[in-house]
Amino acid sequence: MSLLPPDMDEAGFAAFLEELRGTVGADWVWSGEADMFPYRDSFSPVWNTGEERHASAAVAPENVEQVSEVVRIARRHRVPLFPISTGKNFGYGGPSPNVNGSVVLDLKRMNRVIEVNEERAYCLVEPGVSYFDLYREIQERGLKLMLDCPDPGWGSPVGNSLERGVGYTMPHFRDHFGAHCGMEVVLPDGEVMRTGMGALPGSDTWQEYPYGFGPDPAGLFAQGNFGVVTKMGFRLLPLPEYYRSALITVPRRRDFVKLVNHVNYLSDSGLIGEVEYGSPLSALMGNADFMALATRTGGPSDAEMDAAASDAGLHNWQVELQFFGPEKATLENWHYAKDRILSDIPGAASFEGDHFPMPATEEQLNNTTQPWQTSIKRRRSLGVPSLGAWKIVRDDGHVGFFPVLPRTGEAVFEVQRVLGDAMKEFPTLPPFFNALTTPLFWHTHTFQMVFAPSIKHDDPAHNAITHAAMKKCVAVAAEHGWGDYRAAPIYQDDVAGTYSFNNHILRRFHEQLKDAIDPDGIIAPGRGGIWPRRFRA
Amino acid sequence: MSIRLTLGTLAASTLLLGVAAAREPVRDIERADLPGQQVFARQCAPCHGTGPGDDGSPMLPGTAALAAKYEGALPAALELRSDLSAPVLTLFVRRGSGAMPMFRKAELTDAQIEELAAYLAATAALNTPATD
Repeated sequence: MSLLPPDMDEAGFAAFLEELRGTVGADWVWSGEADMFPYRDSFSPVWNTGEERHASAAVAPENVEQVSEVVRIARRHRVPLFPISTGKNFGYGGPSPNVNGSVVLDLKRMNRVIEVNEERAYCLVEPGVSYFDLYREIQERGLKLMLDCPDPGWGSPVGNSLERGVGYTMPHFRDHFGAHCGMEVVLPDGEVMRTGMGALPGSDTWQEYPYGFGPDPAGLFAQGNFGVVTKMGFRLLPLPEYYRSALITVPRRRDFVKLVNHVNYLSDSGLIGEVEYGSPLSALMGNADFMALATRTGGPSDAEMDAAASDAGLHNWQVELQFFGPEKATLENWHYAKDRILSDIPGAASFEGDHFPMPATEEQLNNTTQPWQTSIKRRRSLGVPSLGAWKIVRDDGHVGFFPVLPRTGEAVFEVQRVLGDAMKEFPTLPPFFNALTTPLFWHTHTFQMVFAPSIKHDDPAHNAITHAAMKKCVAVAAEHGWGDYRAAPIYQDDVAGTYSFNNHILRRFHEQLKDAIDPDGIIAPGRGGIWPRRFRA
Repeated sequence: MSIRLTLGTLAASTLLLGVAAAREPVRDIERADLPGQQVFARQCAPCHGTGPGDDGSPMLPGTAALAAKYEGALPAALELRSDLSAPVLTLFVRRGSGAMPMFRKAELTDAQIEELAAYLAATAALNTPATD
């Protein structure tokens, strides 16, 4: 399909593309249906509908100087650019823009691992570097460092952290934006800025002290549209000497409240890595009567769930724990965790799982010897990038809604009930929220829960249900104080609209900033729900 | 009682019984020493490789998807396929298929797809065609 940037005619578009070719070379500028097809969001619930967002062209610079020049050209022509890193933001829009006709600024060719420092445990990378690339660099050099990576390893540290993506190791590394340290940004006028100590000529601490002096604008570039990030530093974990896993189960439904409090303490004290909550009662979901109980409007009572568990000889909840560090420390931390929980929750039980020196062998990474059906994904837990998680993708993809909720058992029960009831309007979707739905302990200090209905390219009716359910989830959750943490362009206005304290002052503040530095919307207008004056008019 | 109850739980519902036996043997193949080998290893093998999948899965996701699709009529592992010319690869790479998204020229060039096709053809020829 032929598409033009906003307010631009064919001749202007052709002149614009010609200038881009003059900057990056003819091989790295694309337009037309065939070349632009891969820039569509293959996980889009509005696939082939009028709501789908399409880019008009793409340009792939190979260095920051070219990025700067591309931004200046776009500014002269008033063409919105949509920067992507590796373009693998699936479930949240992929490489597709907020505004139809935008030109994708594809940074995949900027794929240099600029520095990995083992002694000081950091790296500095360009946007096109994937987790696979960074892992390979560390392995080939034999460095004793561990990554914290998301499920699919083809994403980039830069792109994932700018989306506030997460990983699965120790608390302060799972928050990928929180673990960044220093960035380089091309501003909407083409100027190159460095944050933190990068602003001080001659400093050797860009990846060690993120703030420098004065206000730190780094947060504006995550889920924002104030510049194009061309380098980012990240803190890395020293490779732990030893890994240990364990399982604790608790018998009664209400025990979950205490269990969560204990795990919070262990995590906040730095004693454990990511945990996996679950329910042994999931084994009963194939039973129609139990399924009806677990998904009943208003939710089941504690007594009913306890009776079901007792009848089946099962406990209500479990948590899988992971420990990193020197072998003796992991053992002591496990003993402490076990004693702390078992002494406070009557009937709780504990089980020791796999444990081994790091780095893990291939067989240990394959994770086939855990003495229970584990929810731990071993590779991601040990910072080894993989695409094995792609097996969870059903149909042609999915979209994700992950509300942020308090890190308490009571909040989990409330989300189960409120969103479970709300989603009964969509009976063809799986019951994502039911009495067994457990929280995700991804970000350092909060819980999230998952709603990820599938999409099908050839089934618009199915997609329409997914689309409507997503919008309802965002709205109902916000009524209860639970906000989405990340969203595809087609949902970003809905989500941003829920963060509405004091008549949307946060959005109005962002708009003021945007108008000041990018009134024509050269950088990703609409991203994060932030629209410049030109597009608000 | 609580320990016994939980151990019963594990035995009844969550112990990994027979998982190892259910896994298919990983096929060891000979690989053609061509530029496309590295392209395949980096761009395709994480999903379409011949190794096991994560956490007890017998196959990687792309290989598993093709095994389900072809039900033995064609090899599930791309490196054993002799019918993947550059135009065919281009179609799947640029247009995607099911859960496999499209790949852009910025991440996989047309020249690299040609290298992939040559590598896959040569590697398939080096190995006995899979009929199982």
